[in-house]
Order: sequence, then C-alpha cells, then structure tokens
Amino acid sequence: MSKTFTLDGKTIPFKDGQTIIQAALDAGYYIPHLCHHPEFKPHGSCKLCTVVVSGHQTASCTLQPAEGMVVESETEQLNAERRALTQMLFVEGNHFCPSCEKSGDCQLQATAYHLGMMTTHYDHFFPNRPLDASHDDYLLDLNRCILCSLCVRASRDVDGKNVFALAGRGAQTHLIVNARSGRLADTDFSATDKAAHVCPVGVILPKKRGFAVPIGERTFDKQPIDAYVDSRLARKES
Amino acid sequence: MAQEKLKIATVSLAGCFGCHMSFLDIDERLFELIEHVEFDRSPLTDIKEIGQCSIGLIEGGLCNAENVHVLRNFRRHCKVLVAVGACAINGGLPAQRNPIPLAAILEEVYHTNPGLHNGVIPNDPELPLPLNKVHPIHEVVTVDYFIPGCPPSADTIWEVLTALLAGRQPVLGHALLHYD
Ligand code: SF4
Ligand code: SF4
Ligand code: FES
Repeated sequence: MSKTFTLDGKTIPFKDGQTIIQAALDAGYYIPHLCHHPEFKPHGSCKLCTVVVSGHQTASCTLQPAEGMVVESETEQLNAERRALTQMLFVEGNHFCPSCEKSGDCQLQATAYHLGMMTTHYDHFFPNRPLDASHDDYLLDLNRCILCSLCVRASRDVDGKNVFALAGRGAQTHLIVNARSGRLADTDFSATDKAAHVCPVGVILPKKRGFAVPIGERTFDKQPIDAYVDSRLARKES
Repeated sequence: MAQEKLKIATVSLAGCFGCHMSFLDIDERLFELIEHVEFDRSPLTDIKEIGQCSIGLIEGGLCNAENVHVLRNFRRHCKVLVAVGACAINGGLPAQRNPIPLAAILEEVYHTNPGLHNGVIPNDPELPLPLNKVHPIHEVVTVDYFIPGCPPSADTIWEVLTALLAGRQPVLGHALLHYD
C-alpha cells in the first residue's frame, strides 16, 4: 500500500524519495513553481512553491512528505505572498512581455496570470543588463533572468559543460557565462544542449526565428498553467 | 426620472493611443455605455480641462513633466483611477529607453547625422521636459484598478468598465488577462 499525505484536503500518494511537489504534480495537482523542473534536482530558490505544513511555511520542492502529513497550498495568504514574490521578479528585471519572444510560452508570465497579478506594484529597478548576441545560434537577454539556475543545472548535470553559473550574492546575484570574455560564443554551448531548452523565461533564445507561433496558439493561450500542472511533463493520456 | 450619468475621463500619456483604439473596439456597446456615462476630458470629446469624475482611465506611462502634472490632476478629480495597458502599468515600450542615459539619447537623435531639427536639441519653453526615466503611473499616484495588455482587448476593458459601473470587483479570467 502506498503512503499518502493530504494537499488542500486531497489525498496524494507518494513514493519514498519524492518531494511534496513531485508527488503533487504526478497526482495532477498544481502547486505554483518556477525553479522546479520535473527533470531536475531541486534548487529551492524562488519560493513560489511554498506551502504550509503543520503551521510552518516550507518549500514544497525540497521537503519530502511523511505519511499522513497535512499540506496546504491554495490559500489566499499563500497566493498573496506568491503574488508579491512574482511582482518582485518582474520589477527586478526588465519584463516587457509584448516585445518578448517567450510571451505566451513563459512560465513566469503564466504563473503571474494564475496568481491574478494585475500590477507590478513595486517600484521598477529598470536595471541595465547586457544582451549577448555573440553566439551563432542562440542569444542571451539577461534582462529577463529570474536566477532559477535551470540552465546552470542543465549545463552542468546533463551536458557536462558548465557553461552557466550564478555569481555574486543576495541582490547582487547574477548569471554569468563561464568564459574569460564572458561571451556565449567563447564557450562550447550548442543548440543541442539541454541548457538551450530549459530556460522558463525569455533569456536563452534561438536566433533566426522569432514569434513563430501566432498569438492564440501558444502554450498558455490554449490553457492556463494550472491546467497543465506542468507544461513540461509528458502529457498523460486522459 | 433619468439617473444622473457618471462621468468618465480618459487620457493618453506616454502611450500610443492603442488602448484608446481598443476601447473603441467595444463597438456598438458604446451605445450601451453612453446610456450610463458621459465623457469628460478625453481625446473622444476634445474637452481639455478635467472636471469631477467617477472614473479616470489612464493610458501610457510617464515620460515627461507634463505627463506627471496631468496624472496628478486626474488623481485629484477622479474617484476611481484605472491604469489601462502595459505602458501605464510598467512603462511599456517607452520605458525600454530607461537603461540608456537621457543625454546619450538626445545626443543620438539630434546630434548624429542625419539628426533631426538641424542638429539642435529643441529647447522651447513650451516643450515639456523629458524625465530621466519613463515610469509606470503607480510609482507616482495611487491607482485603484489595472487592466493589463498591449493593448487590453475590448472585451477586457468592457469587463472592467461594466464591473465598476455595477459596483462589483472586475474579474479577468484566463481569456481576458494578457500582458501582451
Ligand atoms: S520572460 Fe516572460 S514575463 Fe518576462 S518579458 Fe518575457 S514573457 Fe514577459
Ligand atoms: S537564464 Fe533562464 S534558466 Fe538560466 S538562471 Fe536565468 S532564468 Fe533561469
Ligand atoms: S519551485 Fe520550490 S523554491 Fe522554486
């Protein structure tokens, strides 16, 4: 018999070693998340996946459930905090969705829709971050980086290349390219790398194609993010 | 007896009038709307001075001193202020100049061949002074409601307006909430 915990009153089965979010997503239950990716080890940095367990807030992408555990996720309080975190991600970077090729396919944007984010609320930083168009096939627009480290994990753990790294601490944290010049062209990054395909937002983008899918037919035009549970999970037959 | 109509004012600050065009896309619903409201200051009426209004719709962010003045005046005269569209909400396309110093932009536009205005940066006292950066309107005044989109669709604007007129909270579901 499999062990279970409850998530907002629903019974969720889990296997040993799974995290709360993995078990929830497997059971078809959405918990907002940005730095979690079904294929990668947890990073636990964005805190969007925060849930309440026994009165304490904790990241559901790092905590493993225990038999009978009671977990709350879809509460007004948690969603208000998630919305505030999302607003901070928007104002810390430069997110001009109408001119972003990721728009409609972006996890950050779709999460903000889910949370009913109508305004960025805070004062905008309007940072001045460089665009790296040096590579033949890919460009980097760091204005939209949310420091989820997925490209770092993909390049290191799957591609075995270490093309990307997070540098600095706290508010100074930023993504760097591991080359003396700091340019993507001076690394062994290639279009077939896993790291080329994991960015949840519009930073790591293929060149020579843009806005290829018309508005109305993009991932999150079709249905909202919670209906996918995670749009990167293999679709289950329903 | 006919109820007194609510007054609505609208303005485009650092915007492109796209939100106003989208507003007009409510098409024949405009007839229904003017049963209940009267337009005060607005590009639709050409009234220049705003009076006391129930609702103010602001398109565009703040790129110059006049924008700030007009916005504050709207806030003083409107019970409910609504930010309409991406530029009012986050600065939008005009704010993409923000990482570049203003002096460098003026230099590039007017002093670099084949520059505009005979290579002289315009300095007429009639011209509003540009701000160093373009700002969303919530950074300067309190904003009561926000309608995201570039532009928000006519249906989205209609939902918010009808909700406000009916005294209920607007609800923008999946089909109506877009940042692009
Ligand atoms: S990365 Fe996402 S949220 Fe940011 S500008 Fe692009 S679509 Fe918008
Ligand atoms: S570039 Fe993309 S994948 Fe890499 S840290 Fe930034 S947001 Fe995450
Ligand atoms: S998804 Fe858990 S901290 Fe980001």
